[in-house]
Amino acid sequence: MTFGTTPSQTVGPFYSIGLTWPSTELVAPDAPGALELTGVLFDGRGEPIADGMVEVWDAAGGRWGRSGTAPEGRFSFVVAKPVADGGHAPHLDVFVFARGLLRHQRTRIYFPDEPAANDADPVLSALDEREREALVARPEGAALLFDIRMQGESATVFLAH
Amino acid sequence: MTDASSPIVLPDDPSFGPEVQVDYPGYRSTRWRAPDRPLVTLPEEEHDPTGPVFGDSAVDELDHDLTAGHDGEPLGERIIVTGRVLDVDGRPLRRTLVEIWQANAGGRYRHEVDQHPAPLDPNFQGAGRCLTDDAGRYRFITVKPGSYPWGNHENAWRPAHIHFSVFGRAFTQRLVTQMYFPGDPLFEFDPIFHSVRDPKARALLVSRFDLPTTTPEWALGYQWDIVLGRGSPGPTPFEQDGA
Repeated sequence: MTFGTTPSQTVGPFYSIGLTWPSTELVAPDAPGALELTGVLFDGRGEPIADGMVEVWDAAGGRWGRSGTAPEGRFSFVVAKPVADGGHAPHLDVFVFARGLLRHQRTRIYFPDEPAANDADPVLSALDEREREALVARPEGAALLFDIRMQGESATVFLAH
Repeated sequence: MTDASSPIVLPDDPSFGPEVQVDYPGYRSTRWRAPDRPLVTLPEEEHDPTGPVFGDSAVDELDHDLTAGHDGEPLGERIIVTGRVLDVDGRPLRRTLVEIWQANAGGRYRHEVDQHPAPLDPNFQGAGRCLTDDAGRYRFITVKPGSYPWGNHENAWRPAHIHFSVFGRAFTQRLVTQMYFPGDPLFEFDPIFHSVRDPKARALLVSRFDLPTTTPEWALGYQWDIVLGRGSPGPTPFEQDGA
């Protein structure tokens, strides 16, 4: 016998009452290799989603983080590049939550300074060029930039989960 | 798109479990936020069975009691909400983090964006968390949240609900959802509730009043189990009649 799984419902506009943690730092800002990972969550009109939430999971390092997108759609983390693991290029798993999202969406962030590993990655290599580029963060100064677009021609690639 | 051998998976694919229509038109905010392109299916071996583990340090002793921590008691109907976090085979998920948040008894959230002209309660914050015990059980003490209006359509009111966030064993089991109360007259008018298209799946969002959980002279008891999917790309079987 199996049990029916509990359906998802939207996180709604007031999640920050319950889900606010000091958890944007996966590593300490002064740790070796620490870098800022930031981006803006956009809706299908190109407007920032200011009441969303982003969670990242570094499976190889066992590190987790959560950031709200208030006030201007921007999320920010301090991360270290995960180690390559089991033939995968270094990456972070990402979940996006927001009012208007009845189920959270999953994507991945890959790193721009790993072209050889990215070329060999089984997920990235199954994608076309636009999709592949959309999953690789861009360097911006010392930080990494990864905008998330819910809809449209330049939409982020979301993964079934 | 993806290579030709990958199946096209739409955001509403029912193989994710109980069908959730992510662009449900009755819920206006989905219009510009729900993904409008097919999802990419990871190869089976890409399934990542790990997830964050939260220990006792993540939870304080009174975090499960939303009526505590203030000068006085919050207004409203005191309730106990408890249940188990299970996997699809009915096995308890032990020591997993459960987070909740809710409106107060008057239907007002303690949040700057909430402009509903119902009073804030100085003795109610509306947030709690706990780890499940060795039987996978969570337990919260709180007050029953009020219904409240929202701007989705003319005279729109949400049925009373408590928001739940659960981690499970793997990041891919992650669930954020809402728990409702039995017999709410607003169910039939609520597009968020109805975004779950299957009535049997919808019923899994509704708690059950439970007299044994009810503490005499003190608080009403509600039971609500949470079942997390396998977190794999494969379909999650739904409970069959008579199974």
